[in-house]
Amino acid sequence: MGPLPELLAIDGVTVVVVAWLGLGLAGLAALHDTRVVGRVLFPLSALASLALAGFALMGLPGAPQVAVLAIGLPDLPFHLRLDALSAFFLALLGLASAGISVFAGGYFRQGEGTPPGLLCLHYHLFLAGMAMVMLADDAYAFMVTWEVMALASFFLVTTNHRIAEIRRAGFLYLLVAHVGAIAILLCFGVLQAGTGDYTFANMRAQSLSPFWASCAFGLALLGFGAKAGILPLHVWLPEAHPAAPSPVSALMSGVMLKTAVYGLVRVSFDLLGTPAWWWGVVALVVGLATAFFGVVFAAAQVDMKRLLAYSSIENVGLIVVGLGLAMVFAAYRMDALAALALAASLYHCLNHALFKSLLFLGTGCVLHATQERSLGRLGGLLRFMPWVGWTALAGVMAAAGLPPSNGFVSEWLLLQGFLFTGGLPNPYLRMLVPVFAAGVVLVAALAAYVMVKFYGVIFLGRPREEKLAHAHDAGGLERLGLAWLTAGCVLLGLFPVAVIEVIDPITFSLVGRGLAQSGHIGDWLLLAPVSAERASYSPLTFLVVTALIVVATIVLVRRFYHGRVRRAAPWDCGFPAQTARMQDTAEGFGQPIRQIFEPFYRMRRELPSPFDAAPRYRVEIEDPAWSAIYLRIAAATEAVSRAVGRLQRGRISIYLLYSFVTLVALLFLTQA
Amino acid sequence: MNLEGALGQLLALAVALLGAPLLSGWVSQCRAWLQNRRAPPLAMPFRTLHKLFWKESVVAHGASPMFRIAPYVVFACMALACMIVPMLSTNLPLAPAADAIALVGLFGVARLFISLAAMDIGTAFGSLGARREMLVGFLAEPAFLMVLFTASLISSSTSLATTVSALAHREFAILPSLAFAGLAFTMVSLAENARVPVDNPATHLELTMIHEALILEYSGRHLALMEWAASLKLFAYSCAGLAIFFPWGIAEARDHAALLWALPALVAKLAVGGFVLALIETILAKMRVFRVPEFLAAAFLLGVLALLVHLLLGA
Repeated sequence: MGPLPELLAIDGVTVVVVAWLGLGLAGLAALHDTRVVGRVLFPLSALASLALAGFALMGLPGAPQVAVLAIGLPDLPFHLRLDALSAFFLALLGLASAGISVFAGGYFRQGEGTPPGLLCLHYHLFLAGMAMVMLADDAYAFMVTWEVMALASFFLVTTNHRIAEIRRAGFLYLLVAHVGAIAILLCFGVLQAGTGDYTFANMRAQSLSPFWASCAFGLALLGFGAKAGILPLHVWLPEAHPAAPSPVSALMSGVMLKTAVYGLVRVSFDLLGTPAWWWGVVALVVGLATAFFGVVFAAAQVDMKRLLAYSSIENVGLIVVGLGLAMVFAAYRMDALAALALAASLYHCLNHALFKSLLFLGTGCVLHATQERSLGRLGGLLRFMPWVGWTALAGVMAAAGLPPSNGFVSEWLLLQGFLFTGGLPNPYLRMLVPVFAAGVVLVAALAAYVMVKFYGVIFLGRPREEKLAHAHDAGGLERLGLAWLTAGCVLLGLFPVAVIEVIDPITFSLVGRGLAQSGHIGDWLLLAPVSAERASYSPLTFLVVTALIVVATIVLVRRFYHGRVRRAAPWDCGFPAQTARMQDTAEGFGQPIRQIFEPFYRMRRELPSPFDAAPRYRVEIEDPAWSAIYLRIAAATEAVSRAVGRLQRGRISIYLLYSFVTLVALLFLTQA
Repeated sequence: MNLEGALGQLLALAVALLGAPLLSGWVSQCRAWLQNRRAPPLAMPFRTLHKLFWKESVVAHGASPMFRIAPYVVFACMALACMIVPMLSTNLPLAPAADAIALVGLFGVARLFISLAAMDIGTAFGSLGARREMLVGFLAEPAFLMVLFTASLISSSTSLATTVSALAHREFAILPSLAFAGLAFTMVSLAENARVPVDNPATHLELTMIHEALILEYSGRHLALMEWAASLKLFAYSCAGLAIFFPWGIAEARDHAALLWALPALVAKLAVGGFVLALIETILAKMRVFRVPEFLAAAFLLGVLALLVHLLLGA
């Protein structure tokens, strides 16, 4: 390969970013023209996404490429760099946003708050911001594009800004995003070690003392954790995701959370060099707590988008668990296992980007078709919306981590990483790390519960409201987007070895070892990350054998017996007055989980008495982080401001007295 | 895949398909004897299956294709599970396709489909069954995985074939970790196979039933496949337990003489295992549904304890 193709990748990515900005500005020209924006601009944007994924995958295996953009202050240009890690996350952005943008072309309608042209501008600024965050190679470029991303997504969240609740959600999101941004800024300040040079190249070259390195890691975990929704900074997530239009929720949950993961990996594995072992333990504990909290709360939700938002918190938790495990191994120079854990984590990022986008888009179709977000008013939609229903099934299987979907592969890799920890020198770690595997398994099993609830209540059973019978299926562009993401989920699940070969250069550059480079990853059919005797998994064989048995059974049963079917009313158990409202609601389906994990929730229950004429059953579940942390901070802030307020009496003589006292004090100080 | 391997794989499938209903028949026979009742014949499950296959399937109005696909998927999952658990020989060409974690995933797929199919008709019983099944599943699945992990750590492999041959070659000694794991496994398999004290396969009382509520809407060939799948699940669980805790008698790869012994050994082990299951079902009482999570949480903790004991003592 000559120098020309190597230059192409990063230039290609920049061209795509410019194209996105152009499409966004074109949206302003067609401010109120839904047709132009939906039928022309968004599909073009999806093509740009595909090009981005192509360029990123092209640049991934090669050497890092750099570029300098003369934007910004006179002697402070944007440094850009495309290495394996940023290329992987750019590819993730491209693959997920291709499906989401096509879908968005058919989704946005006139009359939902922000006019479509302006929405198109925000949307493309958001995409461009995320792409540039992954390209940035100095703190200045990173912070500026990070802010572009945060602000663009704030405007997208508040698309329906006439609703007070949505404005509140947007404000909360903006607040937490900025608390996080401050922490990231401080982290970069620590990383440049007083040299005043804020390029990432300089940060890599500095060797910090363990104390300052740990400070930098802590600030990064705080800052990026606020964006990723790590406990207890997750509160904005279940508010903002349901408030945003569905393609935006998909983009935020599927891709934006991954920019935070990208930042965390960039700081802790790349800029800081080798992590300390206890950072890994902190990440493991925080990640597992986040995952567990997310899934338990997802089980109790009755709003379908909120449920998915909590499920995103769970998945981010699992990704952080993988990163923590990789840190522990990397600290002890167990490169092969560190590569395994890191690969599992990155794989899960990609999987989550696809399946969660798919599920959010599915809820968007349901919302448009029924105007309902509450699970308790849905039901039976598989019959009326087969396209949405069957693609959502693929997403549900992936989210539940079941074979042969993609979600299973990453969980499988993660568990493999947990099991072979015998070489760890620290005896406590050797003993405790496999116990984390027990937690991960519990979370994965609970995720299956949540997903059965999500799918069963929305798509199966009888419609709980009469109007649902008129629900219409997704439109043409929407179907294309759903099909693209479904295909992604299926292919990532069936060909794991190909994906790991793509991830390999990243683990090679970050922990010094790739999985495929060590020679035993298996062939295209069989995934065997350590060795074939130790563990192997072949999703394609798995699927083909299952399908063969299904077909053979159908054929044999028809051949030897018959295929007759009679339609009849469902069996009413001798009680003829059954209605659709007697099916489990979302509250009912989540009730066992609420009962088992009662200490984790803050619940307000209203139970009807037996003599109520109009009985009502109500449960309200509150996020415990509110009362435990946020309301206390608010109360403390108010107390401090009240104390300060005592100084302000509003009488001029008292203010003059203050000036006089200050003057005397200053004179006294200068005298001394 | 060579011819010998393929033949072995088909033999395993045939043994499972024929043996599973026999095992269920044997358990109900033993249970009847223990309870001083006249026992049904051993081949009773076959007669039931035959009868059900001839009957027409009644499908509720408004059932989606999910309802009709689910029995086939569940049946295929259980058949595949029987093909990857070493029961006669560890020479299984399909075994590398799915290790211990994938086996649990396979049971998870079956659980997902059976629960979704139960919710599909939209009766109160279906969703009640689905909810309870998932309740049992989310605790039983991790507990089963902990048992498998303990065995995996002892043999440092999650591949079932490697694990079983490693366990068969160790010296005979009661490992404390395996003792805990065995207890956890017994509890899990009672729950997973809808047995007393967690569920009662003979009940149709709404307060107690789990498995029967799930398949209440099924009839004809769909019901036959569901019943067959349930007995295959019991068979797969029994074989997995026997392979981990009593691995002796399972033939190694290319050991043809041992293969002759493997079938009688399996039959003998299953006969004893089935009798023990019937004994447990006879002496225990069915517990309330909300005691089940405690029961399964205990199994999960025992599994974690087995893992810890192995890591602490190295045994």
